[in-house]
Amino acid sequence: MRTGARAGGILAVLAVLAVFPLVLQNATVTTIAVDTLIFAAAAVAWNIFSGYSGYISLGHAVFFGTGAYTVGIAARAWQLTGDAVFGLLPLAAAVAAGLAVPLGLIALRVRRHTFVVITIAFFFIAQLTATNLSVTGGSSGILAPSPNWDAATFNNPFYYTALALLVVTTAMSWLIRGSRFGLQLRAIRDDEDRAAGLGVRAMPVKLAAFVISAIVTGMAGGLWFYFIGQAIPQFAFDPLFDLSVVVMAFFGGLGTIAGPLLGALLIEPAQQWLTLQYTNEYLSEILLGALFLAVILGLPRGVIPTGAEKIAMLRARLRSARAAAAAGSPERQPGDQPQEAGTSSRDAGTSAREAGR
Amino acid sequence: MARQIYEAITDGILGGGVYALMAVGLTLIFGVLDIINIAQGILVVLGAYLSYVLSVHLHIDLFVGLLVTVPVMFVIGVAIQWLFIRPLRGRDRTSMSLLACYAVALIIEGILYRVFGPNYVVLNASYITSSVHLFGFYLPDIYLYGFALAVACVAALYLLLYRTRFGRSVRATMQNQTAARLIGIDVNRVAAVTFGIGVAVTAVGGMMFGATSGGFNPNSGYDLISRLLAIIILGGLGSIGGALAAAVFMTTAEALVDIWSPDWAVVVFYVALVLVLTLRPSGLFGRSPVRAQ
Amino acid sequence: MTVMLRAEGVSKAFGGVQALRDCTVEVEQGSIAGLIGPNGSGKTTLFNIVTGYERVDGGDIYLGDSKITNLLPQRVFAAGIGRTFQLTRIFPRLTVMENMLVAAQHTGSKRTRNPLARAGGRADRRRAAELLEFTGIAGHSDALADTLSYGQRKLLELSYVLVADPAIVLLDEPAGGVNPSLIQHIADRIRELNTAGKTFLIVEHNMDFVMGLCGQVTVLDYGTVVAAGPPQIIRSDPRVLDAYLGITEEDDDAGPG
Repeated sequence: MRTGARAGGILAVLAVLAVFPLVLQNATVTTIAVDTLIFAAAAVAWNIFSGYSGYISLGHAVFFGTGAYTVGIAARAWQLTGDAVFGLLPLAAAVAAGLAVPLGLIALRVRRHTFVVITIAFFFIAQLTATNLSVTGGSSGILAPSPNWDAATFNNPFYYTALALLVVTTAMSWLIRGSRFGLQLRAIRDDEDRAAGLGVRAMPVKLAAFVISAIVTGMAGGLWFYFIGQAIPQFAFDPLFDLSVVVMAFFGGLGTIAGPLLGALLIEPAQQWLTLQYTNEYLSEILLGALFLAVILGLPRGVIPTGAEKIAMLRARLRSARAAAAAGSPERQPGDQPQEAGTSSRDAGTSAREAGR
Repeated sequence: MARQIYEAITDGILGGGVYALMAVGLTLIFGVLDIINIAQGILVVLGAYLSYVLSVHLHIDLFVGLLVTVPVMFVIGVAIQWLFIRPLRGRDRTSMSLLACYAVALIIEGILYRVFGPNYVVLNASYITSSVHLFGFYLPDIYLYGFALAVACVAALYLLLYRTRFGRSVRATMQNQTAARLIGIDVNRVAAVTFGIGVAVTAVGGMMFGATSGGFNPNSGYDLISRLLAIIILGGLGSIGGALAAAVFMTTAEALVDIWSPDWAVVVFYVALVLVLTLRPSGLFGRSPVRAQ
Repeated sequence: MTVMLRAEGVSKAFGGVQALRDCTVEVEQGSIAGLIGPNGSGKTTLFNIVTGYERVDGGDIYLGDSKITNLLPQRVFAAGIGRTFQLTRIFPRLTVMENMLVAAQHTGSKRTRNPLARAGGRADRRRAAELLEFTGIAGHSDALADTLSYGQRKLLELSYVLVADPAIVLLDEPAGGVNPSLIQHIADRIRELNTAGKTFLIVEHNMDFVMGLCGQVTVLDYGTVVAAGPPQIIRSDPRVLDAYLGITEEDDDAGPG
């Protein structure tokens, strides 16, 4: 019954998202929407790797920027314009994957601490390389070909491509989570050595997640490049990108399916709106950082798990209050299975946590 | 050519002294608290800006100004640890601490941008442009003073760690936090003070960085933290001697590569880091980055 | 008697500390063997070596006729040796059932080894449910392992170690910190499994538990074996008393000094 309602809800949301730009023809709103969808896809992708495996990557901007530059260089080399540029997205995916394999092989051999640092190192190498190479246009970057479609519905092709990317990525995230692969990833997150001792092959599993995550991020980057029209090193490889994606995932709920989505849907429009209002980018940096601290300190598991837990606890309390009112509580029989004291209140918590997983 | 190489080496060693100082602070924090203070880079920049304010607005000499900036940075360090690191609990404490430092770093950077703007500033003093003529080379005065100061600070840190009771507490906590607690060491206080010390050295590093960088702005923090991270990982997380050796090695290597290609010189740091980690995941001298679960 | 597990002349040092010194321990097939000794005598180190979590400095480990010295933990696990830890190691953010399924990695048909398949095929889940029923925590099957009490976690660890149907199970302090009724429950389960053919090697400090359950007991002190034999003999062996209490019978007569 509940899964039916959930499926119905998802379809309804998809329907709304599908007709959104056709109904609401406001260019500013649809621009923010495209941006949000792109970031949402990136956040979900980041979560597929970092959320499930517990290895926090602060270098995913490498793949984002690589995707952007790949589309840019290929479009320029093959003189592509209009819709054909979208056809370069699979190429961005392939290049990102090709990059992710060696990077992953190097970075995933070390413990989590050092891993974060290596991802930061990769980020800087990427940014510096883009600034220094001439094929990437040095510090002035690359310009995208100007799309040749109607000004009124200019954003629509971008919107639908981004939406498609997001839907596919979210579906992948859902599929992975319930799969054997996802179970192994999450076991690695909890206790990698023990998981390895039980036969989980840690490196291939981590690497696979890393590559999948890189592929989507690369495509998101390629799309973003075409959308905003250019790739400059400090924006294609922007530390704020990594921070945004991390905050979105943490805020919504690390390791959940809907968490990064929720995070992106709330945070990205807010960030865009702030930039428009104040034209001072540094304010969003401060607020994002402050939000991140607030989440880490106050809501470490994110909105969705904590929210679900609170709701379920309330429900359990109502249920037990109703039951206690209806009849006296039964005595525990001496022959029962050994139970440690306090398990009944734990049950309320467990079903709550289970719902919020 | 040979002259250029000698110059590069001396520049490297002298410059390395200052990087060593900042890196030692970072590795000390890791050793005691098991966290990587990603904010160290921007804190150095903050130290530089503090020196800038004292120098330009109050006309206080850069070195004298340290008497103010060092305690200020110490307090900032303690505050960061107390407010944002200490409350973190749970299994992911170390990852979360790292992310908290990341958030703090971005907040500080944002504030610096709003207060000072994106324009590059420099620290000025007579001894920055003057130099000493030794052995046929020109050694900039500032580097010599800075190196001497760095040596003095590291020596002071050494004395603190190995000759005082507090230092003993710090070393005990580094080795075994639970045991330290059991013998009555106030681990919370040790953690807060150590973080404070680790950040206080950025005041010195910041002043030196501001004086020798030829111009800095809030964005300079990224470059700095990457170098510092590369240094402490190369030298081994938690190893103070390793941080020293790695700092000097890296800056010298960069200075040498700079002779051939200035654009790629800075990449040396990261490439060296990646190489070392591929071959020896625990760094050149370090112990394993994460204590047993 | 067939020897199932044999640690022969094992030595291991950590820095300056000699944890194990030419240690030889045998476990007879189908028995419940005990390994006791004061803190620091090397019991857990021996476990770590047998199960591949530490490498030996010297000596060998044999499982039946095969030498398994220095094999990686997953190889040892696949060879049929299961092991629990002194500080229970479970996967806290996975459910109890998911914990069981992680251990079922190398079991299952070729088709269920497809990584994108639903985690845990019907057969795996059924077997997991049976084991959870057996140990008594089946009611928590969908709860996060995090929410289990201390005793329940011990049962969970035992359960998932059993998933692979190991021939021999090494238990590191199964009764440590657990209430008496649960200790009895654990002892009963071990006896049942033993009757069905499983061999056990148990490290424990709880003497009643060991003496009541084990057919053969080996005593370690400072990394060497000081005594080995049936429990009744061991409990009155002066060397054992000396190892634990640091006294001999003569000192005892002398009275408080």
